[in-house]
Amino acid sequence: MSSAVLLEKTAVELSDLLRNKEITSEEITKAFLKQINRIDDQVHAFLHLDEQDFLTQAKDSDKRRAQGKSLSPLDGIPVALKDVISVKGQPLTAASKILENYISPYDATVTRKLKEAGAVIGGRLNLDEFAMGSSTENSAFGPTRNPWNLNCVPGGSSGGSSAAVAAREVPLTLGSDTGGSIRQPASLCGVVGMKPTYGMVSRYGLAAFASSLDQIGPFSKTVEDAALLLEIISGHDPLDSTSFPTEVPSYTQKIHDPLAPCTLGLPKEFFGEGMDNEVRNSIEKAVEFYRSQGHRIVEVSLPTTDLAVPVYYVIATAEASSNLARYDGIRYTSRSNRAKNAVDVYAKSRGEGFGEEVKRRCILGAYGLSSGYYDAYYLKAQKTRTLIREDFNRVFKEVDAIITPTSPTPAFEFGSKSDDPISMYLSDIYTISTNLAGLPAISVPCGFTEANLPIGLQLIGPAFNESSLLKIAHAYDNEHKFGCVSPTLAKE
Amino acid sequence: MSEPESSPMNIDYVSNLARIELSESEKKKFRSQLGDVLKYFEKLQEVNVEGVDPTAHAFPCFNVWDQDQVKEPFRVDQALQNAPQSRNDQIVVPKVVEE
Repeated sequence: MSSAVLLEKTAVELSDLLRNKEITSEEITKAFLKQINRIDDQVHAFLHLDEQDFLTQAKDSDKRRAQGKSLSPLDGIPVALKDVISVKGQPLTAASKILENYISPYDATVTRKLKEAGAVIGGRLNLDEFAMGSSTENSAFGPTRNPWNLNCVPGGSSGGSSAAVAAREVPLTLGSDTGGSIRQPASLCGVVGMKPTYGMVSRYGLAAFASSLDQIGPFSKTVEDAALLLEIISGHDPLDSTSFPTEVPSYTQKIHDPLAPCTLGLPKEFFGEGMDNEVRNSIEKAVEFYRSQGHRIVEVSLPTTDLAVPVYYVIATAEASSNLARYDGIRYTSRSNRAKNAVDVYAKSRGEGFGEEVKRRCILGAYGLSSGYYDAYYLKAQKTRTLIREDFNRVFKEVDAIITPTSPTPAFEFGSKSDDPISMYLSDIYTISTNLAGLPAISVPCGFTEANLPIGLQLIGPAFNESSLLKIAHAYDNEHKFGCVSPTLAKE
Repeated sequence: MSEPESSPMNIDYVSNLARIELSESEKKKFRSQLGDVLKYFEKLQEVNVEGVDPTAHAFPCFNVWDQDQVKEPFRVDQALQNAPQSRNDQIVVPKVVEE
């Protein structure tokens, strides 16, 4: 099988080929390595790649298979991780200069689970520094470019994770989503990206940005592939005290159960101004598809929608300013050589090591938590967060899922928003409220603009009901498969 | 310690709280950008949250206990492998106590 054909396969198809012994993990891994070496100098999805380690893991997988000891359907499939997820012995920079030389001394829980499943883990994927941003322009090591148009951003913060799947450099990746950082780049790169319910996937070993909002989740070409990867990484973990003790159903089986007619809600507040017309048309077509399949479409109201962005930026920056205090120039980060005393070590190491957006958010967060402002900003935001959750709880009494666009616009050009924080923050307007409410949500590719840029459909479901959400998403994706359309750049 | 001014944000005061050294040009840029962001946050002041409990976590778990079992901890060399300066199995820091 030619490598060009292999790159187009979904993870489920690759898994079948491996099981039927039509191909080896080494052949698969070599095909993707070749693609990375061919085009990653243009895309820049990868910050680091240990090719030898990647191939050794593939050969180990083939040995297991030859002995009839394969570990899971993911055994032998390459998976690359956003550079905020720890892999023992590999770098973790979070795209920050302050962690430029950091090597993870331990595995994240998701990494351990992937290893136990036999996945071939290779590569560190680019992001906005410490996952703060919506374009990967905030990476200290240079931006990732959108494989559909190299002049456009791939979205962010998990832009490396989305671009790597879109460019066919790897079939599966993991990212993290605090306010849309999986779904928005998935939408802008034309791949599937899912944020699970808060607490479904352990955050142990994830470099924290905003602990009450962060979740790790999958990127893939299809919803079925996302289900496969999610099933492996989900589950309760004693090492993360916010990890929720709940059963993980077999998403890959459930996804194929017949989908009974369901009720899907269109929140009227999401379809107001600011939405690109091509995005709107594309979403309307997807809605029509669901209607034609016998599902009921109803208008719903989420009146707190316009409060989500300010609530998010108060809470997320407050948590970030506290979380990022650990990067102190003392224990495991770079240290300024201008520092004369202890406070100097903190301030100068952080001043030199952090990029502009990280500094901006830490300062905003410290302000919101500071004496005299705590009640007006942080406490007020936490109370408003309750109202946002209640809005969703009310709507989910009537509907099985909510349909929205993932992003108000397709991919935008480099530099077009980087000097205007509010305009950048508003690119997450449709994704942010689900993090505040802790809900699962998935972005599914739903077409292209005239300029051939991908558009994403977001489906939001009730908490801890990933099975049903994946099934509803699969019903659309299985008929359209826009995530299986490759950009010209990815084709040899 | 001086009291923070209400508006615009006292950038020297807050950057010191955050322990982040800023250049003069960063201060100038942040002063105007963060002023805009704070204005945007004013939307929150119109919300009526009387009697509403704050949400710290979407699905809070309480009383999460770990088994009282001895586990293998990091070895010293693992714990110190990323330290910027270390000597004799300890992290080297500048003198903290003044003479």
